[in-house]
Amino acid sequence: MACLVIAEHDNNSVKGATLNTVTAAAQCGGDLHVLIAGANAGPAAAAAAKIAGVTKVLHADGAYFAHGLAENVAAQVLALASNYSHIVFPATASGKNIAPRVAAKLDVGQVSDITKVVSPDTFERPIYAGNAIALVQSLDATKVLTVRTTGFDPAAATGGSATIEVLSAAADAGKSTFVGSEIAKNDRPELTAAKIIVSGGRALGSSEKFNEVLTPLADKLGAALGASRAAVDAGYAPNDWQVGQTGKIVAPQLYVACGISGAIQHLAGMKDSKVIVAINKDPEAPIFSVADYGLEADLFTAVPELIKAL
Amino acid sequence: MKVLVAVKRVVDYNVKVRVKSDGTGVDIANVKMSMNPFDEIAVEEAVRLREKGAVTEVIAVSCGVTQCQETLRTAMAIGADRAILVETAEELQPLAVAKVLKALVDKEQPGLVILGKQAIDDDCNQTGQMLAALADLPQATFASKVEVAGGKASVTREVDGGLETISISLPAVITTDLRLNEPRYVTLPNIMKAKKKQLDIFKPADLGVDVAPRIKTLKVSEPPKRSAGIKVPDVATLVSKLKNDAKVI
Repeated sequence: MACLVIAEHDNNSVKGATLNTVTAAAQCGGDLHVLIAGANAGPAAAAAAKIAGVTKVLHADGAYFAHGLAENVAAQVLALASNYSHIVFPATASGKNIAPRVAAKLDVGQVSDITKVVSPDTFERPIYAGNAIALVQSLDATKVLTVRTTGFDPAAATGGSATIEVLSAAADAGKSTFVGSEIAKNDRPELTAAKIIVSGGRALGSSEKFNEVLTPLADKLGAALGASRAAVDAGYAPNDWQVGQTGKIVAPQLYVACGISGAIQHLAGMKDSKVIVAINKDPEAPIFSVADYGLEADLFTAVPELIKAL
Repeated sequence: MKVLVAVKRVVDYNVKVRVKSDGTGVDIANVKMSMNPFDEIAVEEAVRLREKGAVTEVIAVSCGVTQCQETLRTAMAIGADRAILVETAEELQPLAVAKVLKALVDKEQPGLVILGKQAIDDDCNQTGQMLAALADLPQATFASKVEVAGGKASVTREVDGGLETISISLPAVITTDLRLNEPRYVTLPNIMKAKKKQLDIFKPADLGVDVAPRIKTLKVSEPPKRSAGIKVPDVATLVSKLKNDAKVI
């Protein structure tokens, strides 16, 4: 019995989500191997070899792995699959894209977004936007899983000394090509890994106000910025800031919700935060039912005051 | 070319579901059901492609109980030309649905299959990718923009850091993200017209598909409740609470 973790990486380093995934995989038992499929991804493979608990890093290099296209990466995973009882992906955009493709080719069901490993074949996962927790048992020989990263602590990024085995890369599937990307640049902590998140909703009113009011608070707290769907749809904040059932799932130490009513779909993305603060002028807003500290006030006066008080 | 759109009947997104006290599942008796929001976006996109002339026929497909016919009628009211229901009372998991859809892809030979990125009940986010794998087609998941031209589709995808554009050869499978489009409201005349459109019903066995579940649900429970919070009168109290009680700043 052995586990294969499909690393999320940018060819030079391993992304944080991989570390949480390693922790989950370790709980499934057996040898722990990590696959790095990339283009000139030697540095990422070296970084993966240092992760505590990993016994072997499998490194496959090919120009067509550069952008993690599902068809190509899935083919590489399938070439290795017969050696493993568990194939584990982070539940990120990339992991969600590839994992079901692997599962279907193996003719096994996939368990999405697990938050707890109960035994090697039994897992907990949230359903209905986190309003129910299902305990599920996989009946298939090979378990293909995606891991909710906020459900597991990250493994130590140093201290391991895994061997690196270079694989012959699976051929290019030739079904899709990468054209380009617009990756939002910012020097803030990554939303899913941030310790503190300041999040804004429709009440901010405009993109200018969103930045003017929330950016200084986020700067002061060293926080990442998040947004509700309403704020994203109205163009106040970019898509990849969206927190919720269909956006990012976060669980920071402190989540500050400013002008967010607290719809079911938003709560699904943040209600595992350690401390939730809500600033809203509507006393009936559902966000107050999950907030540890609620401040009933106009955010345009409360937030600047808060910045001053910090 | 034809487009196949998969739609699922789910508990309406505004309903706050309750877990059954015996832990066997959530209580969906007498709860409002509607089309999965991502699937509405998928139907809308298919209809828009037909309106642009890139597509000749839009076929809506649903798998599940008899009442899924209502969901298919809604899809036809949005503009789908005809519908197929694969009827079964079994619990259907993504792999089973993907196999049913694969059988229909073989039968109908669509140029494009559009699905929602995930269903808001099981939150799996698997079916589109599984169908693409089984039918050996390229996939473009989490699409926020789709352009079809010359046997290829250019798809902009919502990924973790921002957006990414890929080009895939047709036929292909696309799954929709929220921002792909704004689904239109169905009008009464279109609801009436949809009643006359063709709706074929099959059983999974007719398509030669085994839909037995591969994942067994042992128990469904309530998520842990958060302990009740407090309201603070002003900013100063808030800061002192965060510093001294919660120790998070």
